[in-house]
Amino acid sequence: MIEFKNVRKAFGKRVVLDDLDLVIPPGKITFIIGKSGEGKSVTIKHLMGLMHPDHGQIIVDGEDITSLDHEQLRLYRRKFGMLFQNAALFDSLSVGENVIFPLREHSRMPVPSMLERVEEVLSLVGLPGIQHKYPTELSTGEKKRVGLARALVTKPKFLLYDEPTTGMDPLVSEMIDGLIVQVNRDVPGVSSIVISHDLKAALATAENIVMLYQGKVALAGSPDEFRKTKDPVVRQFFSGRVEGPMEFL
Amino acid sequence: MPIRTAEIAVNWLGVETTARLIELGRFFVYVADVLKQTFRHPVRTSLVFQQLEFIGNQSLNIILMTGFFTGAVFGLQIGGIFQIFKAEGLMGAATAKALTRELAPLMTGFLISGRVGSAMTAEIATMRVNEQIDAMEAMAVDPVNYLVVPRFIASVAIIPMLCIVFIFIGVIGAYMTGVGIFRVDVGIFIEKMTQIVNTRDIWNGLQKSVVFSVLMCLIACRYGLQASGGAKGVGVATTNSVVVSLLAILGCDVIITYLQVKF
Repeated sequence: MIEFKNVRKAFGKRVVLDDLDLVIPPGKITFIIGKSGEGKSVTIKHLMGLMHPDHGQIIVDGEDITSLDHEQLRLYRRKFGMLFQNAALFDSLSVGENVIFPLREHSRMPVPSMLERVEEVLSLVGLPGIQHKYPTELSTGEKKRVGLARALVTKPKFLLYDEPTTGMDPLVSEMIDGLIVQVNRDVPGVSSIVISHDLKAALATAENIVMLYQGKVALAGSPDEFRKTKDPVVRQFFSGRVEGPMEFL
Repeated sequence: MPIRTAEIAVNWLGVETTARLIELGRFFVYVADVLKQTFRHPVRTSLVFQQLEFIGNQSLNIILMTGFFTGAVFGLQIGGIFQIFKAEGLMGAATAKALTRELAPLMTGFLISGRVGSAMTAEIATMRVNEQIDAMEAMAVDPVNYLVVPRFIASVAIIPMLCIVFIFIGVIGAYMTGVGIFRVDVGIFIEKMTQIVNTRDIWNGLQKSVVFSVLMCLIACRYGLQASGGAKGVGVATTNSVVVSLLAILGCDVIITYLQVKF
């Protein structure tokens, strides 16, 4: 389980996380939603140990990660796999080299087993046998799937998706959403955390949704709770209206 | 009113100075990190060899051409002056002395900053703005260890060798102008050169070359890692990296030369 307790983060005078309390249950698909600048990416960076809070605790599996040193954080990050917004594949490496990269760095598996694992995860994302291709030869959707294969290859406990469908056409978005569900179903014990603006995807895919507003949780609950809520901020966000209590920058 | 203006000026100066000092402090922390990781297992041998090929092998042509022309031009300039005093025989020695102590390490440093330093910054900066370095960190791989250390090891190993090549080819350039244009006797050219240029000169030149290679690599990679703001940010980082590298090389050249002359 992941728990943010009283986490505050400010950049200069701008408070992004304002004593945030947040719980992410294990083994589920959790969507973190909110308008731009509400601290979704900052939250995920705190979770990865890439940013440190001004104060507060981040408890992951009973361990407060804010007290870990550089080396401990490096080991801690091995629990995570992350799919970046633009996949962030290494241009100079082939698909196979990209996917095998975290294994080469951290695993003591023999090379044939690593290659087998690469083939296995590429098949899982529906792209078997493309190890020799380079990222420039792939479509945006394919890049995302290779990025997901790379995130999955080390069998992480937590899978993070940073706006996986932003800028995608509806078909690719649907395919990525399907993959999120499929991976969470097929990979035992994995918890998926998705940062997104895509409300339709959140309602269709998530088991748990957290909405951030002004550095705090505006509402956390199941998609049904979000559909039924009368909270004016959540309603305005769902309806996409400019008029309402939510401030726009 | 003038008091208010002075107050603002002092305040601005204080803020700017503090910001520069903080940046300098961060740079030293980064340097310490690079040095610490250079001696830490595992050394990424294949990446080091890739960089040796890129820095050394791919820079060889430009070093050969520049070295030859520099030696030839320096020989022509100095030969003309020595001719007035009927001392053309010394032109080889003077050119070799200048090449070993100053011209070769400085010109190599400049050329490598322009060719290799800019490429290092652009490559790492592109990786930074495309989130590839974030991805590396997310995969628990230290970007300094993966990207900077192999470049650092390769730079320190190969740039002094390029400097030696520069000296050698520069002397050939000077020899061709001396013997071909000023009709200096071959035996005198070589004898005077071996008499005046000693191993200490070569050693002093190599010391400079090592320092310049360290500066070039550390600055280039630092600007790359700090880049932000898309394609424009990559351009800004690359330009700044080359400018700062050249200035740092020139500044250090003065200090090293002073120390070498004094001690």
